[in-house]
Amino acid sequence: MKTDIILAGVGGQGILTIAATIGTAALQNNLHIKQSEVHGMSQRGGDVQSHLRISDKPIASDLIGNGSADIIIAVEPMEGLRYLPFLSKNGWLVTNSTPFINISNYPDNQDITNEIKSIKNHIIIDADAMAKEIKASRSSNIVVLGAASPFLNIKFEDLEKAIRTIFERKGEEIVNINLKALKLGREFAETQM
Amino acid sequence: MQKILLLGAEAIAQGAIDGGLSGVYAYPGTPSTEITEYIQRDKTAIEKNIHSKWSSNEKTAMEAAIGMSYAGKRAMVCMKHVGLNVAADAFVNSAITGVNGGLIVTVADDPSMHSSQNEQDSRFYAKFAMIPILEPSNQQEAYEMAYKGFELSEKFKVPVLLRITTRLSHSRSGISRFDLIEQNKNSLPGDPRQFVLLPSIARKRYKGLLSNQINFEIDSEASEFNKYTDGKDKSLGIIACGLALNYLNENYVDTEVPYPVLKIGQYPLPRKLIEKIFNQCEEILVLEEGAPIVEESLKGYLEKEKVKGRLDGTLPRDGELNPNIVGKALGFKQEETQNIPELVAGRPPAMCVGCGHIDAYIALNEAIAEFGAGRVFADIGCYTLGALEPYNAINSCVDMGASITMAKGAADAGLIPAVAVIGDSTFTHSGITGLLDAVSENSPITIIISDNFTTGMTGQQDSKALGKIEDICKGVGVDPEHIIVMNPTKKNHDEMVRVLKEEMAYNGVSVVIPRRQCIQTLTNKNLTQKLRELNLR
Repeated sequence: MKTDIILAGVGGQGILTIAATIGTAALQNNLHIKQSEVHGMSQRGGDVQSHLRISDKPIASDLIGNGSADIIIAVEPMEGLRYLPFLSKNGWLVTNSTPFINISNYPDNQDITNEIKSIKNHIIIDADAMAKEIKASRSSNIVVLGAASPFLNIKFEDLEKAIRTIFERKGEEIVNINLKALKLGREFAETQM
Repeated sequence: MQKILLLGAEAIAQGAIDGGLSGVYAYPGTPSTEITEYIQRDKTAIEKNIHSKWSSNEKTAMEAAIGMSYAGKRAMVCMKHVGLNVAADAFVNSAITGVNGGLIVTVADDPSMHSSQNEQDSRFYAKFAMIPILEPSNQQEAYEMAYKGFELSEKFKVPVLLRITTRLSHSRSGISRFDLIEQNKNSLPGDPRQFVLLPSIARKRYKGLLSNQINFEIDSEASEFNKYTDGKDKSLGIIACGLALNYLNENYVDTEVPYPVLKIGQYPLPRKLIEKIFNQCEEILVLEEGAPIVEESLKGYLEKEKVKGRLDGTLPRDGELNPNIVGKALGFKQEETQNIPELVAGRPPAMCVGCGHIDAYIALNEAIAEFGAGRVFADIGCYTLGALEPYNAINSCVDMGASITMAKGAADAGLIPAVAVIGDSTFTHSGITGLLDAVSENSPITIIISDNFTTGMTGQQDSKALGKIEDICKGVGVDPEHIIVMNPTKKNHDEMVRVLKEEMAYNGVSVVIPRRQCIQTLTNKNLTQKLRELNLR
């Protein structure tokens, strides 16, 4: 079983935390993993992506080939669309609906929504609003992860365990809030499938 | 031992620590920075007192590592590819001095220029210096090459180049570790004159290096990092260097590669294995990340050999490889892909909201208007982003320190006033000697040292310039009346414009220092403490 995941967002939005959570869950299940990320110049408010590959067999390339990603997980709606050439025919786009506007020519939000809706398998989630509702506005990335969780070939309990591992250092309260965020995203996704 | 999840850069750091490292020397540079940062925070490295403080630049780092090797200990020096240009004098000569303790020069190349000015291939440098190269194909090999590289270096008494690229440096995978090797004890070089490169000695040492080349080749032939795998279809033989092997294998996930494959992980090239694949196969395809170095050497000037690769258009001449590019070269039909919707706008990197460089540029743009455009020479750092909209504030970015010296040359040519923009860390990296040139001729240039107390772009590492800039400028000979510190804020905008105009009109060297802490470091307690001690906060 192999899962190829593209994570997309803007520098500083927390896609590496999503990657670390999935990666930890994979490693706890003795799966092979390769995860390439972007460091350096592009991190300054630019578009960033991470290729995350999980498999029960050894993985060759650090990069995912065109048209072969099983899922794009985007914490920003326009950024999800940027990586469509990687998505396989039956792949899923799971994306946050809240735009991150730091450029003057950011497209109309409705046009972006229409583009996303034209993709065969998609989930649009207002992760920022849902995170705010549970007073966890910094955990919108984990809400998005929750919404993507049905497509990762990883048991939900294992993702929960990974959340505990990742946030352990920050205390029980932060762990619980992120577990809640994860669950919220998952429940929303289940209504959309 | 359980596998640990590490970036390629971190795997090298862990391999070096486990391989008996006594000190790492480096200046931050993407994609090499994480090697040193890992050693700085590693518990074992701290307990064992492994040196890991940043150096002023790649040359000082290289020289300190040679010094540590002289004293018998295992040293590593790390840099990005263009850093090797800075360290080149010491690097090339270290092949002639040879080593005492094992010395690994780890250089991270950046094909496709994700965070760099060029995509030069560091293997050229090692070939030029005539030393062995190790080039890992994955994170586990990166670990093993750092671990075993010291032994290789001590075996032949020469430094070894460990070459990686961005993709491996910044990709994570599970690593299995080896047992920890104890550090070397201090010892002096066996030959007391080995490191004295007087011509008479250097000539002898150079002959030694030349006669050792055959031994390097024999070692490569037996190396575990070079491997010949047979294939039934002899119409093609594939030579895959380093990371390129993965892109080849990605195209044959569920089957064996039908062609003979020679994996290259150690150079000089293993001659017998190369001969074998040439004799067996009708054509050769060379897959290598970076420049077509192997391809060119196998093809020959007269192109008599049937070698395909980046030179004949089978693969693109520039940029990094990926599974699709390699698949296409192998004749695989590519999947039809969805297009990027037209509405998706570019999102280039930008300076952070609230960054002091921004206020400095807004003031500079206003101040310079009366003198005319095209006279701002900038440097390498976050402030290079001042070249983009909406600032369009700078006219050059060439190499570390070039702002000051280019401004001087332009002023010499009559472009007066000329302005230099350089960051604090870049100034101490390579700006001071240029300032001395300008001072010694009293060149009519205004140098803006945009001081944010850190090496910002690479991830906010310590800046050697902290608390020292005015003293350095005075010491070099800048008139203290023309060293002016300002707080770059919106409130101080008019004052900044006035001062910049005044200094640009001055017929000599001025240094203007807009000084405000990098907002990315505001939660850094160590830095806050240091700034308080220096009365900078």
